[in-house]
Amino acid sequence: MAKNIVPLLKLREGEEGKIVDLKGGFGFQRKIRVMGLREGKKIRVISIQPVGGPITVGVGSNIVTIGRGMAQRVFVEVDQQ
Amino acid sequence: MKKIILMGNPNVGKSVIFSRLTGANVIASNYPGTTVDFSKGSMRLMGEKYEIIDAPGTYSLTPTNRAEEVALKLFKEGDIIINVVNATNLERNLYLTLEILEKKKPTIVALNLWDEAKHTGINIDVEKLEKILGVPVVPTTALTGEGIKELISRIKEAKIPQTKSSSEKERWAKIGKIIKSVEKVEHRHHTIKETISDATIKPVTGIPLAFIIIIASFWIVRFIGETLVNYIFDPIFQIYKPIALQISHLLGPGILHDIIIGRLVDGDISFMESMGLFTTGIYVPFAAVLPYIIAFYLILSILEDSGYLPRLATLVDNVFHKLGMHGHSIVTVFLGLGCNVPGALSTRILETRKQRFISATLLAISVPCMAQTAMVFGILGRYGLQYILIVFLTLMILYLLMGILLNRITKGESPEIFLEIPPYRRPSVLATLKKTWMRIRWFLKDAIPWLFLGVVLVNVLYSIGFIDWIGNLFAPIIEGILGLSKGATTALLVGFLRKDLAVGMLLPLNMTPNQLVIAATILTIYFPCVATFTVLLKELGLKDMIKSTVIMILTALTVGGILRLILIGW
Repeated sequence: MAKNIVPLLKLREGEEGKIVDLKGGFGFQRKIRVMGLREGKKIRVISIQPVGGPITVGVGSNIVTIGRGMAQRVFVEVDQQ
Repeated sequence: MKKIILMGNPNVGKSVIFSRLTGANVIASNYPGTTVDFSKGSMRLMGEKYEIIDAPGTYSLTPTNRAEEVALKLFKEGDIIINVVNATNLERNLYLTLEILEKKKPTIVALNLWDEAKHTGINIDVEKLEKILGVPVVPTTALTGEGIKELISRIKEAKIPQTKSSSEKERWAKIGKIIKSVEKVEHRHHTIKETISDATIKPVTGIPLAFIIIIASFWIVRFIGETLVNYIFDPIFQIYKPIALQISHLLGPGILHDIIIGRLVDGDISFMESMGLFTTGIYVPFAAVLPYIIAFYLILSILEDSGYLPRLATLVDNVFHKLGMHGHSIVTVFLGLGCNVPGALSTRILETRKQRFISATLLAISVPCMAQTAMVFGILGRYGLQYILIVFLTLMILYLLMGILLNRITKGESPEIFLEIPPYRRPSVLATLKKTWMRIRWFLKDAIPWLFLGVVLVNVLYSIGFIDWIGNLFAPIIEGILGLSKGATTALLVGFLRKDLAVGMLLPLNMTPNQLVIAATILTIYFPCVATFTVLLKELGLKDMIKSTVIMILTALTVGGILRLILIGW
């Protein structure tokens, strides 16, 4: 199946992907990684809050709420539909 | 005294371990020069007394916010480090562990939430982990106390590890290897807990559930508060009353009587109306406010420790972020509805100056405390529910509009929410009670002296006629713009010192319901009470407090003017 790389923000509730890239400075990358969102990890979208609200994602046993700006900079690989 | 520092990620049960290690003498302390708080206590170990410090939770030793900066500073002051690690989330937690081990301090690892790890099918080879890390590793379940004895007995074995410092990349590589050799995870199914977790964070189900939980919380707060008042605090004051009356007789009429006992109502002391330092001055803070503060803090601790609060913050973040704040600001509103003082104290948890400024200003402007709410019901209830609704609706709209406005005009940043959502956990009774106790102590120390001072001031100013004088001075402006009766200005001035009383003072002025609506609304908006004012001054600093005050007064006059146009006409 073909793979597609998209920002995390493009995923819908319940969809899954694999983190491939964190676009940002070292500080941003470390901050994201120590919360469990690391390259190579599977990530699933648990909920998306309406009207520009944050999204909540699960990575392994970690659950994290993350703002849309940050979600825009986390790139994930998903199966093309 | 030697210091033992508890270091660990947030939500690993650090404070539960802290409450197990310490005695009753625990306090919340403010790190000098910051708005960050941490808990401090002590314990005896091999005949020596140690100070135990629960550092703010941190994900790494490279701080990304103020709380993490304080955690790092406390870490550096430590003689022994207890690194609390979440056994259900070993991989992520080990990052901080490796950083700590590189710093060459005597360290011991507490592998906490051990039972939860077992239940979720995570097996960790503790001996192997201990060998690899080079420091003692003790599995603990702080909630039940399992492993705590062993942890205490092995503190003396805390070793300076032989770990070389490395780069971020090397650390993650090392963690990968460690996990592979010590951890085995069995396949597991979606549990009921996770289903509830998902339901409380998805907007469709989460928002209605949030309403139910908030309303239920207020009911419980009210129940606990009323029970404490009726069965504990009121009976105490009934015993005290004859003593106060005796003092009243001894003093005889005069200025001293006015200050200490206040005015007698029908020859008797009325704890709500006499306004003396040793009558109303101690009754209101201790018997009317404190019981509800206890109830509010208790419920807040339970909401925090069960893991619900981060979910609630996620659900409301979209609204609060547009107002320049963060989902966590809902705590300020929640506490503020009880009493603005703990509300003001809670603005500390916010990240930036801008967020704290907006949160505090909005609190002062449009969040009425319980005493005010009761008085609003008291004076308007007789005219019908619609008048009460106008007051609260105005305040709600104002909260949103002022938030949007302040977000635009306040300089500074309001970073996006970035929050870990821990699994639901049963709160520890011991840790919850200790936390509540620490917060109440904080309230007693920071607010009660100011409530006293407020009563003394108002009594002195009243006796010397200052309040009437300044009331007359401002009367043309306030009564002119707001269309209120003569005398309302004095009530508004008293409101600075005691809002609830000021509302009561509006009653004998023979105002129409519409005038009362305006006065009650203005009273909430224009200024916080003196206790809140002082706490806000401490939290925001003089410059920001002046700004905030100017905003409050301008808002009050504007809103009052608009309400007058709508309700009364010019």
